[in-house]
Amino acid sequence: MAKEDIAILGVGMHPWGKWGRNFTEYGIEAANAALADADLGWRDIQLVCGGETIRNGYPGFVSGSAFSQALGWTGIPVASSYGACASGTQAIQTARAQILAGMIDVALVVGADAAPKGFFAPTGNATSNDPDWLRFHLVGATNPIYFGLYARRRMDLYGATQEDFARVKVKNAAAGVHNPYARYRKEVAIEDVMKSKMVSDPLRLLDICATSDGGASMVLSSMEFARKHAIDPVRIRGVSTVTPRYPNDVIEMPNFATDSSAAVPVPATPFRDSIAKRAYEDSGMGPDEMDLAEVYDLSTALELDWYENIGLCGEGEAEKILRDGETTIGGRCPVNPSGGLGSFGEAIPAQAIAQVCELTWQIRGQAGGRQVEGARAGVTANQGLFGHGSSVVVSA
Amino acid sequence: MSGKNRVPAVEGWFVADGEAINLIGSQCRQCQSYFFPKETFFCRNPDCQSKELDEVPFGRKGTLWSYTNNCYPPPKPYMAPDPFVPYIVAAVQLDEEKMVVLGQCVAETEIEKLKVGMEMELALDVLYEDDDNEYLVWKWKPVGA
Repeated sequence: MAKEDIAILGVGMHPWGKWGRNFTEYGIEAANAALADADLGWRDIQLVCGGETIRNGYPGFVSGSAFSQALGWTGIPVASSYGACASGTQAIQTARAQILAGMIDVALVVGADAAPKGFFAPTGNATSNDPDWLRFHLVGATNPIYFGLYARRRMDLYGATQEDFARVKVKNAAAGVHNPYARYRKEVAIEDVMKSKMVSDPLRLLDICATSDGGASMVLSSMEFARKHAIDPVRIRGVSTVTPRYPNDVIEMPNFATDSSAAVPVPATPFRDSIAKRAYEDSGMGPDEMDLAEVYDLSTALELDWYENIGLCGEGEAEKILRDGETTIGGRCPVNPSGGLGSFGEAIPAQAIAQVCELTWQIRGQAGGRQVEGARAGVTANQGLFGHGSSVVVSA
Repeated sequence: MSGKNRVPAVEGWFVADGEAINLIGSQCRQCQSYFFPKETFFCRNPDCQSKELDEVPFGRKGTLWSYTNNCYPPPKPYMAPDPFVPYIVAAVQLDEEKMVVLGQCVAETEIEKLKVGMEMELALDVLYEDDDNEYLVWKWKPVGA
């Protein structure tokens, strides 16, 4: 059943990069940009929802209050949410729930991260009971190992090639050139990808996203609050924070093993297909009505999986719609016109918020050289480890 | 033989008899669902409320779901040798238990010879070693290799 809409009054970001500063600074800059975009002041905000970061000490775990303190305590309630890569959507959903419940009218959502260099490793306090610790210790299963498994499966089952994966990078890099918030703003050729070092076969260095510093923020409100301010805002139509259904038979970070389907059959809708589906159901819209999408391209090959998971094409057809240019700007449904994670690198708690910022700019017609002409509606998709689905449907 | 003690890298996750190895998982007495690593407290099937889970050895064979390799030394707690030796990781769906289990492949495995859908079996192999011990773990290899 379709749910009520909420309004996106303002969006803002801090450029992605490796800036070496405290994560709150990126969050504050993004929040101030979102407030300015909404034409509201910090004192107008009634709730702060922070996406948490687990690699920045205690303030990262309580990011909602860390941002509030940095902006200046005003006594308003806070909420801090964690869902790994899906943390930003958890924060959006918390704001949305309080707005739709009538508890508040207007909320500030903020996610920011200062990321370490190289492979993500287990956090310092992980122990030998923690699957995230054990997967590194017993198997050496880094995140790119999982990306490599998905990529290789596409090659063996659907005939994907390493050139197809490189095409995703070329497409996203060409879009990212026009995004002032992207970290990598340079055109990339297929040969550049093919010549880069192998990381996890068949994925090379330029197939895999980096880790970045960055911050993203939004001001969200009830539709009534937006109307009082005489704004015709871009709207959030649906938000999905679904978990898998038992038994999930796809190997997911950070697990060693899937659930068993020996006694209970796998569900009709696999987990990754269920993520955007729930946001579509909330919105009353379907994949055919989407003019663009922002999906989580942790690897180039993973972007192709998402085409199928969000309903842009059938299983095994992603390479075809990529090659046909359907997902390039100017095509039927451009994917990652922001430049995607390939152009940004991942700033975990900011990333899902940044996806919605991009849809907002696109739908307002403010995306400059990467503008998707006539964009009226779009969808984001993302997944956080330990079973966090994340998807948002946005429309004019 | 190196003369070092051969000890499991993790306690209670597998049993070995010579080179033959079985993963040790658990099975729900009520709904028959399997779990690895073993679930011992409460069945994870949402329609089952059982707290009776038995430790069981799993079958040794399965079908290759996918595979990749790692060309860069992972961070700790992976105990990477110096110089680093790249390794292949396979995801294999166990024939009987119908679950995909990750593991490294034995060192001789050639990635060019792997193909999704091929038959794989478990092997006992060294994960890392120190001055006194060889630490053992389960690994995958193509059947007959």
